[in-house]
Amino acid sequence: MTDDRRTTDDRRATDDRRTTGTDTPRRPGGPGSGAGLDARLVVERGSFRLDVALTAAPGDVVALLGPNGAGKTTALRALAGLVPLSGGHLRLDGAELDRTPPESRPVGVVFQDYLLFPHLSALDNVAFGPRCRGVRKAEARAQAAVWLDRMGLAEHAAAKPRRLSGGQAQRVALARALATHPRLLLLDEPLAALDARTRLDVRAQLRRHLADFEAVALLVTHDPLDAMVLADRLVVMENGRVVQEGTPSHIARHPRTDYIAQLVGLNLYRGRAEGHTVRLEDGPEITTTEDLTGPVFVAFPPGAVTLHRQRPGGSSARNVWRCEVAGLETHGDQIRADLTGELPLAADLTTVAAAELDLRPGPTVWATVKAAQTHASRA
Amino acid sequence: MTPLGRAGAADRPRTGGPRRRRVRGTAPLPLLLPALIGLVFLVLPLLALLLRAPWRSMPDLLTSSEVWQALRLSLVCATAATAVSLVIGVPLAWLLARVEFPGRGLVRALVTLPLVLPPVVGGVALLMALGRNGVVGRWLDSWFGITLPFTTTGVVLAEAFVAMPFLVISVEGTLRAADPRYEEAATTLGASRFTAFRRVTLPLVAPGIAAGAVLAWARALGEFGATITFAGNFPGRTQTMPLAVYLALQNDPQAAVALSLVLLAVSIAVLAGLRDRWMTAS
Repeated sequence: MTDDRRTTDDRRATDDRRTTGTDTPRRPGGPGSGAGLDARLVVERGSFRLDVALTAAPGDVVALLGPNGAGKTTALRALAGLVPLSGGHLRLDGAELDRTPPESRPVGVVFQDYLLFPHLSALDNVAFGPRCRGVRKAEARAQAAVWLDRMGLAEHAAAKPRRLSGGQAQRVALARALATHPRLLLLDEPLAALDARTRLDVRAQLRRHLADFEAVALLVTHDPLDAMVLADRLVVMENGRVVQEGTPSHIARHPRTDYIAQLVGLNLYRGRAEGHTVRLEDGPEITTTEDLTGPVFVAFPPGAVTLHRQRPGGSSARNVWRCEVAGLETHGDQIRADLTGELPLAADLTTVAAAELDLRPGPTVWATVKAAQTHASRA
Repeated sequence: MTPLGRAGAADRPRTGGPRRRRVRGTAPLPLLLPALIGLVFLVLPLLALLLRAPWRSMPDLLTSSEVWQALRLSLVCATAATAVSLVIGVPLAWLLARVEFPGRGLVRALVTLPLVLPPVVGGVALLMALGRNGVVGRWLDSWFGITLPFTTTGVVLAEAFVAMPFLVISVEGTLRAADPRYEEAATTLGASRFTAFRRVTLPLVAPGIAAGAVLAWARALGEFGATITFAGNFPGRTQTMPLAVYLALQNDPQAAVALSLVLLAVSIAVLAGLRDRWMTAS
């Protein structure tokens, strides 16, 4: 695995920006600072109307999350200049891009099925962008070789795309997009073309590359877990509009609609695993069924959380945390409780159970989660 | 074994014999007879050509200077016509396949017209356009002193006029089948639309262009009507193989047969080449 050769430095570098508890989404520099992305995308196509405002500061990783047909890909194509805007504006690092043709935009795109040029080697695919921007052939290839090396693909430089595995092709596509030094990196369903096994590895690698990326990264996905792991801010879209945006943990604990409650129904934490125990950065431990070592993500759905008024004794659940109810929101026949305390988390329970527990903001409750209902994966 | 099997199949029509034999046996006569006649109709003339070929005098006939002259002229002109078709036909195919513009259907119909137009009409039309008194030819003559009809260049033009639609249709089909998103990917990497076409699309559709070029070349090589109408029949200058065959038939039928065999051989070679191309391309 090329993975293991990655230094631990870049893992550590990302730890501090991936804290789970921050409720306020990181705002980009306000109007006037100019750095980063400031866009309002209006695209009208027949009866469909896309109207989304997107802002992001350099270094941000933003995920556009939503069901099929929500307009995510249209938004991405509008940012790349592949779809003309019917209205709104698009500024990147202070420069107006509304009317700039795609080839002149400092925007890199990783397409869903990568679209590596089948007749060119991996090296020449990556060198394509620099070549188009006027770099001499030998120099462009040297730059491409550095990128491939950074992606751990040095030995595949001469390979044609059809000889690459899905994960390798994904990294070549990423290298190709990054080789033009974009100020905005767009990723369209970056993990959708991969099978479940490679997906976890590639996701972990992609996360590190995105964390290293110094400009704005925006990815489109319909998979909430991918969005929550890869991005530090989610923008949830439905029917061409933004329905909610914020940090993953904020949205998970304060979903604005039933749909979002279902979609972003995950408690996600980052920590360091030793065997079946994952120690989170700020204290508590989570017991999982996976046997892992090193930095990991742990996730469990709000429905897996059971609440108790007294500290449960003899419970089969290995995970018990002392929490306080910070808020309650009704979603259909479910109530989502926002809990703070030892471990900030979201819990779903039925209205009946909530009534029996006499659940209201303030008092202490005990939350338990069975190890079997948690899921850990390498970060 | 075979007669026995056939008898068995006849005795037990529902269960007997392997399926393929039964299907073959039950091909209805009203279909089978015309089908066989059709096959014979297509193959017999070619067989006759082989049967009547003056095999003994063949070496002498084929090494005569007129034959070589005609053959060389044919190859040069067909190749030049193919080159002309590639230079202007591939961009035309791209335009038809990739650019939305009003009247695109009409343009496509106009491009296809020479496919169905009698070539001799094409020759007359070329004369009206590029002849000495033609719509454009008049100015070419008086301004630049360029005369096209009855020259070798005229042969190339007549052949390109007839052959280019084959190339355009073939390349357009390949372009339509090619994923336009590769061009989009190229533009996001900083390629202009032309660079994207040159460095991405063109290599992707190269097999289709090659197949179209071979088709056009074969069509140009056999071109007769438009050539004789627009370029005439001057040995060494405009007399290509088909014209030479036609002329030879009148005073030396054996030579005509020999020349025809050469063209037949070229056709078979083209067919074989295309078969490989299409099999690897699909």
